[in-house]
Amino acid sequence: MNDAALARDDRVADVLTTLGLTRRFGHLTAVDSLTLSVGAGEIFGLLGRNGAGKSTLIKMLTTLLPPTAGSARVGGYDIVHDASRVRAIIGYVPQSLSADGELTGRENLAVFARLYDLPRLMRAQRVDEGLAFMGLTEAADTMVRAYSGGMIRRLEIAQSMLHRPPVLFLDEPTVGLDPVAREAVWAHIRELRKRYGTTIVLTSHYMDEVEQLCDRVAILRQGRSVALGALAELKAGTGDPAASLDAVFAYFTGDAVESGAAYRETSLTRQDFQRHG
Amino acid sequence: MGAIARYCNDAFAIADMEVRKLRHDPGELATRAIQPVLWLLVFGQVFAHTRAIPTGEVAYIDFLAPGILAQSVLFVAIFYGISVIWERDLGIVHKFLVSPAPRTALVLGKALSAGVRALSQAVIVYAVALVMGVGMDWSAAALAGVVALVVLGAALFSTFSLIIACVVKTRERFMGIGQVLTMPLFFASNAIYPIAIMPDWLKWIAHVNPLTYEVDGLRALMLERGASGLGLPLDFAVLTGTLALLVLCCGRMYPRIVV
Repeated sequence: MNDAALARDDRVADVLTTLGLTRRFGHLTAVDSLTLSVGAGEIFGLLGRNGAGKSTLIKMLTTLLPPTAGSARVGGYDIVHDASRVRAIIGYVPQSLSADGELTGRENLAVFARLYDLPRLMRAQRVDEGLAFMGLTEAADTMVRAYSGGMIRRLEIAQSMLHRPPVLFLDEPTVGLDPVAREAVWAHIRELRKRYGTTIVLTSHYMDEVEQLCDRVAILRQGRSVALGALAELKAGTGDPAASLDAVFAYFTGDAVESGAAYRETSLTRQDFQRHG
Repeated sequence: MGAIARYCNDAFAIADMEVRKLRHDPGELATRAIQPVLWLLVFGQVFAHTRAIPTGEVAYIDFLAPGILAQSVLFVAIFYGISVIWERDLGIVHKFLVSPAPRTALVLGKALSAGVRALSQAVIVYAVALVMGVGMDWSAAALAGVVALVVLGAALFSTFSLIIACVVKTRERFMGIGQVLTMPLFFASNAIYPIAIMPDWLKWIAHVNPLTYEVDGLRALMLERGASGLGLPLDFAVLTGTLALLVLCCGRMYPRIVV
């Protein structure tokens, strides 16, 4: 039972829609009149370089930033006029490793169980379920600063799912993680969708991640969507059904999927590790 | 849960989290204790000895102790904003802002936890004051009043600190401003000298400085023979009113820190 289901327009098969969504910062247009929709239970990927507008788009959809023009609805609720209702039905995992190193894993989850207004009797149970689901039960009472990057990422996903939101936003979920950790995170993301029917919107630079996880992908360039569809369709669109994602990306944007940017993110993630001890 | 119960629950969730962090690592509290101890033992004794500051019937050390408690509350609270900048850099603030908790509840939660930290300072100041022979009021009502004032004062200055953090956004700028603000707040108050001996322009500033009302209330409640120059009801009213205003203001500004 999805306890985050509130009275809303259930005819909406698309769980997320944007219409001409735009965000400007002074003269800079970070997101340019974006129109897209994501269906219930989809895993939807947003692909683009740094500066393509992915983070700004995620910030708008998670109500952290208001749009300059256009609109978007998440779960049937408008992101501007019903922002607090949107917040009740979404989960969010930011790009940097953002668990609190000065608390244990369990304590980190407990804070959010409370902030999401879970009934007191349900909190401990949900926290335990989340820890078990992500394979963190043994490490639950250790300080997060002793966790590996993969463990922190899994903890954060558990945190974001405590209130069983219908929509989950993941910003670069496996950047900077080692291959084993990445596989584990992917397996858990797939399991989330399977078990809870969660709609997942994720941003990524990684070819293998997008191919492994996403049903459909939107390629963003300078704030605009230059291609949108299932990966197979996009590949066919380049004329080569076996094209690599790099080739698909280059075809639609004229740029390379920046290994330079990925390095920067990796080094930021490594700095996070050091901060967490 | 009703809306008010939810609101309190959200604020307490944040406060509880901060207190747990403190329990995991209480070392910081010890280092913060050094300052009030030095002021009372060194400054207090020197100036009591010189009889330079006229404090009427009350001995200077007695006069000073509440001022030093207010000072340590101020210092503990005013650098609280740094933690929000730190959390912003880590991405933790983003997650709080994406939760359904009202922004002012997030602010109040932090303010309450600043109050808890400040209470630990109060214990130290009381201990030193006792050792130095200050005549303290140990009645339950007085102690309850002191707890209320300490929490109010810490909440007020930590919320002020959060507002600054939302405006300046970087650690370096914050440290710069923090230093610039604490000294004037402290010296333009009745913490270490009575208002009566101030030049007129300073008196005026002292009267609009919330720290003055904090000190005045503490002086009345901490000391056996303490009396309030401005009236306890006014002290509480000014502190509560200023806190409410700052919390509302901070609630609106909180989202700025992630932009």
